[in-house]
Amino acid sequence: MAAAVAAQKAGVKDILLLERDQYLGGILNQCIHTGFGLHHFKKDLTGPEYADRFIKQIEAIRDIEVSLKSFVVRLTKDKILTYLKPGKLEEIKAKALIMATGCRERTREMTHISGTRPAGIYPAGLAQKMINIEGLLPGKEVVIIGSGDIGLIMARRFTLEGAKVKAVIEIQEKTRGLIRNVVQCLEDFSIPLYFRHRIAKIYGKDRVEKVLVENTVNGETFELPCDTVLISVGLIPENELIEMACVEIDKKTNAPVSKEVNKCSIEGIFVCGNSYKVYDLVDNVTRDSVKAGQMAAEYLKGLK
Amino acid sequence: MIKKITCIECPVGCQLEVETDQSGHVIKVTGNKCEKGPVYAKQETENPMRILTSIVLTEGLDLKMVPVKTNKPIPKAKLMEAMAAVKKLKLTKQVKVDETIASDFLGLGVDLIATRPASFNSH
Repeated sequence: MAAAVAAQKAGVKDILLLERDQYLGGILNQCIHTGFGLHHFKKDLTGPEYADRFIKQIEAIRDIEVSLKSFVVRLTKDKILTYLKPGKLEEIKAKALIMATGCRERTREMTHISGTRPAGIYPAGLAQKMINIEGLLPGKEVVIIGSGDIGLIMARRFTLEGAKVKAVIEIQEKTRGLIRNVVQCLEDFSIPLYFRHRIAKIYGKDRVEKVLVENTVNGETFELPCDTVLISVGLIPENELIEMACVEIDKKTNAPVSKEVNKCSIEGIFVCGNSYKVYDLVDNVTRDSVKAGQMAAEYLKGLK
Repeated sequence: MIKKITCIECPVGCQLEVETDQSGHVIKVTGNKCEKGPVYAKQETENPMRILTSIVLTEGLDLKMVPVKTNKPIPKAKLMEAMAAVKKLKLTKQVKVDETIASDFLGLGVDLIATRPASFNSH
């Protein structure tokens, strides 16, 4: 949305914004906690409030056409997009393209945790969606793997919803999340945070029953009974569409190979936000996405 | 007494040293990089406060759950009590962002406000 607004301000007249969900705002809508917008809006906002400010800007600009429930299934290097929307399969050729496709979560399978595969193992962001959007509580006794911001935020969210968070397990020697989140999400509720520990094994037949926690320094282990394990071990930029268009992708990070922010190996395709690189703060996503909108406008001027 | 706390006013997370007198009042704060630090340290030491964010169940609206927050911080000790009250609410009217859902929530002098718009189901 920030890129679209910026492109329009820079003189682009015909902008199509494709969104696969039924609402604008993306992941912000499920991030109901505060901490967004301190730089960009000089105000401490929740995720939905931050999104709402951009939705209102988008709605006020007639040059931007919004198409919801629109799922892009194909992209070519000539910038021809094919997308599905209810009842239709559309094809459109863009002169410039801005990709703001975000990230997906790393999964249990990518972290090499041994044990069984019972119900009750969730990526933290999925659990966040279940609680905050669907109003469902995935479990009552929770162990969280990884102390990134999503893991910390979910420790507090589960606690407030009446679940017991047994521990947050971090393999590194310090948190990957913001310090303020360690304070207000864990310390406020006396939730233990174990550094240099890992989950060695998950037990349970139909449902998670317990996990085995291992100290990675001395190898000592202990068990934690629980019915839910949250996985919060990082994000992967979602770039399968530009990969389909033969954009060069760094196989290690899944981000585009790039010499300058928002750029990729195909001229006129710009990648912004978490699909370009994983950001800590949404304010910085907005700052760089504004740049992406301006760069796209600049590129279009050069075509004429 | 000198206590170390982490400022949570912004993502910088300054390590503050807070000196208090015998009755627990803050006398001196160091380690802050901006003027928010000392204010936070005093509040956090004498009466810690937090904004509560949660969700409220709806009926007949396009969102099943509407996200909400207290428009001002409430005492940290009241968080769980406030959550219990939030769970009892049901929203049946359309709301805009910032619109009050419960005024003078729990008699704490704060309003519970919507943080996302919700409208009536179109069907």
